[in-house]
Amino acid sequence: MINLYEVAETNKMITKENLDVRTITLGVSLLDCIDSDLGKLKDKIYTKIFQSAKDLVKTGEDISREFGIPIVNKRISVTPMALIGSSACKSEEDFVVLAQTLDQVAKDVGVNFIGGYSALVCKGMTLAEERLLRSIPQALAHTERVCSSVNLGSTKTGINMDAVKLMGEMIKATAEATKDYDSLGCAKLVVFCNAPDDNPFMAGAFHGVTEADRIINVGVSGPGVVKTALEKVRGENFEVLCETIKKTAFKVTRVGQLVAQEASARLKVPFGIVDLSLAPTPAVGDSVADILCEMGLEYAGAPGTTAALALLNDQVKKGGVMASSYVGGLSGAFIPVSEDQGMIHAVQAGALTLEKLEAMTCVCSVGLDMIAIPGDTGAAAISGIIADEMAIGMVNQKTTAVRIIPVCGKGVGETVEFGGLLGYAPIMSVNRFSCDKFINRGGRIPAPIHSFKN
Amino acid sequence: MKRTIITVVGKDTVGIIAKVCTYLAENGINILDISQTIVQGYFNMMMIVDTMGMNKPFGDMADEMTSLGEEIGVVIKCQKEEIFDKMHRI
Repeated sequence: MINLYEVAETNKMITKENLDVRTITLGVSLLDCIDSDLGKLKDKIYTKIFQSAKDLVKTGEDISREFGIPIVNKRISVTPMALIGSSACKSEEDFVVLAQTLDQVAKDVGVNFIGGYSALVCKGMTLAEERLLRSIPQALAHTERVCSSVNLGSTKTGINMDAVKLMGEMIKATAEATKDYDSLGCAKLVVFCNAPDDNPFMAGAFHGVTEADRIINVGVSGPGVVKTALEKVRGENFEVLCETIKKTAFKVTRVGQLVAQEASARLKVPFGIVDLSLAPTPAVGDSVADILCEMGLEYAGAPGTTAALALLNDQVKKGGVMASSYVGGLSGAFIPVSEDQGMIHAVQAGALTLEKLEAMTCVCSVGLDMIAIPGDTGAAAISGIIADEMAIGMVNQKTTAVRIIPVCGKGVGETVEFGGLLGYAPIMSVNRFSCDKFINRGGRIPAPIHSFKN
Repeated sequence: MKRTIITVVGKDTVGIIAKVCTYLAENGINILDISQTIVQGYFNMMMIVDTMGMNKPFGDMADEMTSLGEEIGVVIKCQKEEIFDKMHRI
């Protein structure tokens, strides 16, 4: 039977070390809503999502209360809207109407974000997909809770450089369209290479076409728990360090698995995956960078950071994989800048640069995340940053992403405040040399040789 | 059997166990096990209870226990046993 020590350990993780379930994300397929009439399409989308998700928030709150574990977010992901709207949307404005429909239903069911204003264009773009990409700035400016993602490349297909170029321009346009809110729109827009179909985390969540009609995916968190566990093994060798992370990740993930199964049973929706993640928040003691420091680095970004992060990411997966029956999503340590107090400190101290972050993305779960850059950064430079990140994902057969915010009217040394879970960020400098001619070539980068495994 | 773990933590005072047990008895909750210690004047108790015969929804009971804790000046948490089982048992 459970003893006092074990109960105290669990509750200490929850109350003192910020252990929580970061999100229960309900994936909803909208394929059966497709209609050539925009009005009918809107109605069908609203009804399907509302009916599927009307009990989501209450169920999450019930589970949270009964097990005493905070469930921070309840969210929805839907089939990429470029597919759903391809027949009905004759213009960019038509797509914006669909974004507003998503926003309305998200408000009505009480979720804080809805993901899936997305297009999968890793090899080529249809006319509808291009319209959706071009509609993103207005869609994000006219909605509050809609998140957008675009898959620009994959190991199997290579990188769609036309779309990379376009997205550099769209990120700039989104920043401009939301400049009154410190270009907040860009915080809800992410581009991917090898985007997973079952990611529960925003801004990149969408419900892939390979998925069932509805599915429950859960993202766990707990950087503070890992950090505290590591405090007890200071000075020990790497074997001890790795074992400690693994055991801790196992415990954290088991909570996610429990919540996922409960939510699945209560909502009568199949359980999809648990995302084995260390997702930081701006709260003190909830930082991935602090784990790296606890391992022995003065700041995240110091020499050794990439190795430390690689080790952390791998042990989190090794510990987590046995704790859950299905794992998926992004799985690993996230390294957003604005959402992680330790990362912010590292940037402010001059320890962490964009280039070091890029190196870190080779071994972390995703990519360049929540990084504020000067508002006068050119579209081509942003496309160049995206292309670099996509190349890392393509060649290393991993998911990579870019969520970067060129903050209108601000420059290096200034700070931007997004609020809430999105945090605040010092604006980082970008390499000032040009890549215009490279980006303007057009076409696509072929898939790497090791993708041909058939 | 539906097992729930009740933890009570706070400054020691007269009648904590009495008040908690009275509430449990009134609501049809059976106590299976109690362990309790005092560390540096702080009262620390864990109860394992069976809520099978409970006469109200779990959430209401948890809220009422929280309020009872506030009255006594301690923190009371009620959590279904599975969260501890999942975390500490393979």
